[in-house]
Amino acid sequence: MSEIEPAPDQEPLRIPFMQRVLDNHFLLLFLGVVVPTVLYIIWGILELVQIPVAP
Amino acid sequence: MSKTVYRTCPTTGLRIDLSAQALIKANAVAAVVFLAIGGLFGLSVALTRWPAVHLLPADWFYLALTAHGLDVLLLWIIFFEIAVLYFASAILLNSRIAAPRWAWAAFALMLGGGLVTNVAVLQGQSSVMFTSYPPLMAAQHFYLGLILFAVGALIGCFVFFGTLVIARDEKTYQGSIPLVTFGALTAAIIAVFTLASGAIILIPTWLWSIGLVSNIDPLMYKLVWWAMGHSSQQINVSAHVAIWYAIAAMLFGAKPLSEKISRTAFLLYILFLQLASAHHLLVEPGLSSEWKVFNTSYAMYLAVLGSMIHGLSVPGAMEAAQRARGFNNGVFQWLRKAPWGNPAFSGMFLSLVMFGFLGGISGVVMGTEQINIMMHNTLYVPGHFHGTVVAGTTLAFMAMSYLLIPLVFQREVAFPSLAKWQPYLFGLGVAGLSLFMMGAGTLGVARRHWDITFTSAPFDFNYPPTAYLLMGLNGMAAIAAALGGLMFIVIVVKSVFFGKPVRDRITLAAPSGQPISAAVASYGSAGTLRIPGTLVLVGVFFTAFVLYYFVNWKYLSEVWPMR
Repeated sequence: MSEIEPAPDQEPLRIPFMQRVLDNHFLLLFLGVVVPTVLYIIWGILELVQIPVAP
Repeated sequence: MSKTVYRTCPTTGLRIDLSAQALIKANAVAAVVFLAIGGLFGLSVALTRWPAVHLLPADWFYLALTAHGLDVLLLWIIFFEIAVLYFASAILLNSRIAAPRWAWAAFALMLGGGLVTNVAVLQGQSSVMFTSYPPLMAAQHFYLGLILFAVGALIGCFVFFGTLVIARDEKTYQGSIPLVTFGALTAAIIAVFTLASGAIILIPTWLWSIGLVSNIDPLMYKLVWWAMGHSSQQINVSAHVAIWYAIAAMLFGAKPLSEKISRTAFLLYILFLQLASAHHLLVEPGLSSEWKVFNTSYAMYLAVLGSMIHGLSVPGAMEAAQRARGFNNGVFQWLRKAPWGNPAFSGMFLSLVMFGFLGGISGVVMGTEQINIMMHNTLYVPGHFHGTVVAGTTLAFMAMSYLLIPLVFQREVAFPSLAKWQPYLFGLGVAGLSLFMMGAGTLGVARRHWDITFTSAPFDFNYPPTAYLLMGLNGMAAIAAALGGLMFIVIVVKSVFFGKPVRDRITLAAPSGQPISAAVASYGSAGTLRIPGTLVLVGVFFTAFVLYYFVNWKYLSEVWPMR
């Protein structure tokens, strides 16, 4: 939801974009899982699987 | 669906779902029990590493070290964090808790898992340390217990998310969730990544222990395990920062200097804090410098920026609130007039200072690839994390307990004179532990070796005499910390099980003239930046930070001279 219910004599109050992002808890959950998964785990695993197996 | 039963807290004015209250009590009590067990093992470890005492034989030492890590780094902390999640969602949002039966199932899984793993360790076949690196193999039920615990904690996190959804749908709050709940949300998000990583690596390791998987690659294990092992400590950071804001709000009516800035700082945690796990792999040859430097430096510094913002914002919020109450003389009257005899405040403030100066600065030093090499896998590492997890998180959780006892358990805090001194004794002991271990680590003392004299070793090796002095001081500091911990356990047990009931409104510390719920459970900034005292404190912190950081580069140049 991007607007707060206004008082009868007021214009609708726009909620800033960043506040809407921070209010979207499941978007934050998604970002908080994907960012470290990509940068730490997947990138790390890609480097490890490229190590040649000892003969 | 059974009807939700509420009570209204006479002190805070918050509406409390009794199911949530019971769950908070259960998780907090379990947390304290595991703190007592883990603390006892910790004392025995420190007394063994004190060369003049050398308490335990080698096999018992490694058993005690495994149990200590397991009970305090995982069980105490995560049980308490689940209690914090339920408090920050159901209670601060005036909501009913989502799926209380699932929450009880989560508690049962966590408790069962914790007990099973403890039994496995005490049976003596699982002295593999908290890290349990393959090819060291523990008993099957060691891994199984950890998996059950992780699954239970994961369910607890989703109960928290469900409660946020219910509170929004039932409009129990207006606009954005309060900052304390946002901090708890940050902890819950990091917990999902942490616990999922733990399950991903521990399930194949468990199958390996029962013979269904032939091999676990040690480096792959280390990579994924540390996504749990280190990130679990980042849950702590988020949770204890949320607790700092909560205590500041409840004791002073303090509001954050800027909601936007504090929430952005938490966002930096959500995106980058877990990446610090990579500093455990800084000397592994199989990973590139790009991966190491990006994860531990470039990205992690953004999370460090988040911590520094909180380090300014929390004392700044308290200063602004105190000045609004008239404590305007000089730079530090607001701090002098703070309730230093209230263990909730003293514990929180000591946690804030020690987390920054001991755990924070040393964490940045260890996260720098070049200077990490001087202290990697030495006793410096436990010195660092006793500065973060014990001085920072545990002390903050103890401080919060002094508020939960009257507000959630509805009991008076027993032995108030003892409680007044408890955070100081515990804090002093833990500061000593952290500093002396870091000092010994700088002299090269190994992180986990049972005997620094290397008795019966085929080759002679002697650490400098200062290392022996530091290990003795470390043992004395451990005794002080253990006494402080024992005081906390005695106070909590007496208060919770035999304490005098609280029925009326109580005065927490420094009433600001507005309901406590208005400060802790609503959105809003302090609206001032007139915080000269906090700016002086921050200046001292930065000076210490810069000096210590560059002193370590100087040490590095002496370790490895270029001629």
